[in-house]
Amino acid sequence: MELKEKLISSFLAFENRIDIDSPVHDVRSEAIKIFETQGFPSKKDEAWKYTSLKSVLKHDYSVFPKSENSIEYHDVKKYFIHDIDSYKIVFIDGRYSSHLSQTTHDGLDVCLMSAALNKPKYQLIIKNYFNKIAPKDSLTSLNTAFSQEGAYIQIPKNKVVDKPIQIIHLSTGNESALMQQPRNLIVVNENSHVQIIERHQSLTENPVLTNSVTEIFANKRAIVDYYKVQNDNEHASLIDNTFINQKQESHCSVHTFSFGGKLTRNNLNFYQNGERIDSTLKGVTIIGNKQHVDHNTMVHHIEPNCESHQDYKGIFDDGSTGVFNGKVLVNKEAQKTNAFQANNNILVSDKASINTKPQLEIFADDVKCSHGCTIGQLDESALFYMRSRGIPEKEAKALLMYAFSNNVLSSVKIPELKQRINRIIATKLGVNIGFDL
Amino acid sequence: MLKINNLQAGVEDKAILRGINLEVNPGEVHAIMGPNGSGKSTLASVIAGKEEYEVTEGEILLNNEDIEELSAEERAHKGIFLSFQYPVEIPGVSVTNFMKAAINETRRAKGLEEMPAKDMLKLIREKSELLEIDRKFLSRSLNEGFSGGEKKRNEIFQMAMLEPKLAILDETDSGLDIDALRIVANGVNKLKSKDNAVIVITHYQRLLDYIVPDFVHVLYNGKIVKSGGKELAHELEEKGYDWIKEEVNA
Repeated sequence: MELKEKLISSFLAFENRIDIDSPVHDVRSEAIKIFETQGFPSKKDEAWKYTSLKSVLKHDYSVFPKSENSIEYHDVKKYFIHDIDSYKIVFIDGRYSSHLSQTTHDGLDVCLMSAALNKPKYQLIIKNYFNKIAPKDSLTSLNTAFSQEGAYIQIPKNKVVDKPIQIIHLSTGNESALMQQPRNLIVVNENSHVQIIERHQSLTENPVLTNSVTEIFANKRAIVDYYKVQNDNEHASLIDNTFINQKQESHCSVHTFSFGGKLTRNNLNFYQNGERIDSTLKGVTIIGNKQHVDHNTMVHHIEPNCESHQDYKGIFDDGSTGVFNGKVLVNKEAQKTNAFQANNNILVSDKASINTKPQLEIFADDVKCSHGCTIGQLDESALFYMRSRGIPEKEAKALLMYAFSNNVLSSVKIPELKQRINRIIATKLGVNIGFDL
Repeated sequence: MLKINNLQAGVEDKAILRGINLEVNPGEVHAIMGPNGSGKSTLASVIAGKEEYEVTEGEILLNNEDIEELSAEERAHKGIFLSFQYPVEIPGVSVTNFMKAAINETRRAKGLEEMPAKDMLKLIREKSELLEIDRKFLSRSLNEGFSGGEKKRNEIFQMAMLEPKLAILDETDSGLDIDALRIVANGVNKLKSKDNAVIVITHYQRLLDYIVPDFVHVLYNGKIVKSGGKELAHELEEKGYDWIKEEVNA
């Protein structure tokens, strides 16, 4: 059976297991219909021209993991930012692991999507926020149809969350192939501030396909800093769909660190529904072998006096491939918009490739919008300069690549995370240079 | 220390150096002067191991060892240092981190442990004072946005940190005002000893008032056409290069 058919028939089984009277039942039913009509995207779709899902859709994925698995913390500690105090929402094969998690309801909600979807006290929130900004495309709809588990985070007004929240998805490989549909809902109310780290990690070589959807609502003057660490093994693929709705004077940033995985697609959309909003989208991609990373971003400037900053760096070795498709849409009303976009790439090998496409659609006449993309090799004169100081070629190259991605790292606000990313980069580049990165 | 025999080199079939002979002994300062395009910077780059130049004939011996097969970093580990005419900007790497990498990689190549952080800081403080370099300057990205003078001072600071056996200063005086020139020259003079040697490449005699050479060589058309003492530099300053050209072409 093709994966599409399997998913549609699984939906019937899924429906029987959950509460049909739940208010989201209609949303789910509508979503599966959209998926049934549209199917998986193919290279014929403009937005998927350079990313083919063919190789990841061929596996016979289990849609519902059969058994519950437990993992000891010390075996997976390295996938956490473990040297800081944090809230943790941890899933094993898509199921919540209370053992590894540290949630709270004390002054804020850091808990589970399943609770939010099923408990009456969250009904209003679900009604107001669930599936409100996720578009009705096929993959998002597929996730909506199966949405049951994930992180639910709600920060009340005027609250600076005291420590970062880590959302970690682990897959054990107990299924020969596993497809997961995590669904996150994050609501940050007026004047509140939160930092979130998200990571997906497969622990075996069995194929894993994750189709994740995250909806983030940043209300007035909220500050949300979101970090995605994508360093999975080369048998795991991730389609990350993240949608952010910002209200006036809110500041949201998303940093995406893509160092691993077989195929990674990031659909990252910002909607600026208010004035004086600031949106930041940054990413570092360092991949090799046959890995593929696709950043598909969209910033929709709807109201005046807002800013957006996009800065994506990519380093591609071996036969790896990259895609950057960055869209900036400025409505006629969105005067005095400042929108910046940069995408710089280094191709280390002759076989690596990157397709980069900035897309600006501007309907206002008093705006500052800039975009630039570069594709190049490492600077030979800089290499000679460093080597003439005694730094060997390999280390010199690594240092240049590190320097190249450094300005994306410099805006990471959690020092331990920054240090971790630095260490991943050093390992990735296979060097130990004479100072701590 | 350095012995160059009949060195011929060029880039893509274009001959630039056409038979250089030069011997530099420990404790000596040599100046290489010459008109534009005579091959001065090429000579510096070839000694430092820049790969885009091909050596077609002759040899470069460092302490009697032929260094032709050595990479730029291996030459650096053996004590060759080139102060660049145009230092390269490297955004994202601070001056301090760059020096840490350079020193520790050189130590690693010699089988030594990394320099303890405390010693490194002390060394950096000592050498930056010698070049009158502000502490804040050291945390800036290497050469990025540096003025011409700052770049050159930073080159000599690196030289002071690495303590080379043979330092080649390629047009270190270009772009320097008189104060910066004095600081740079003072730095070089303080680093001079009976065990190391300096080759000063310059177009003008100005720098040689501060770093006094034992020998002056005139490079023209890829060859050393005249050698002499420091008075040769003054003669060139007065008379220009035309008389040399005429002498050679006659």
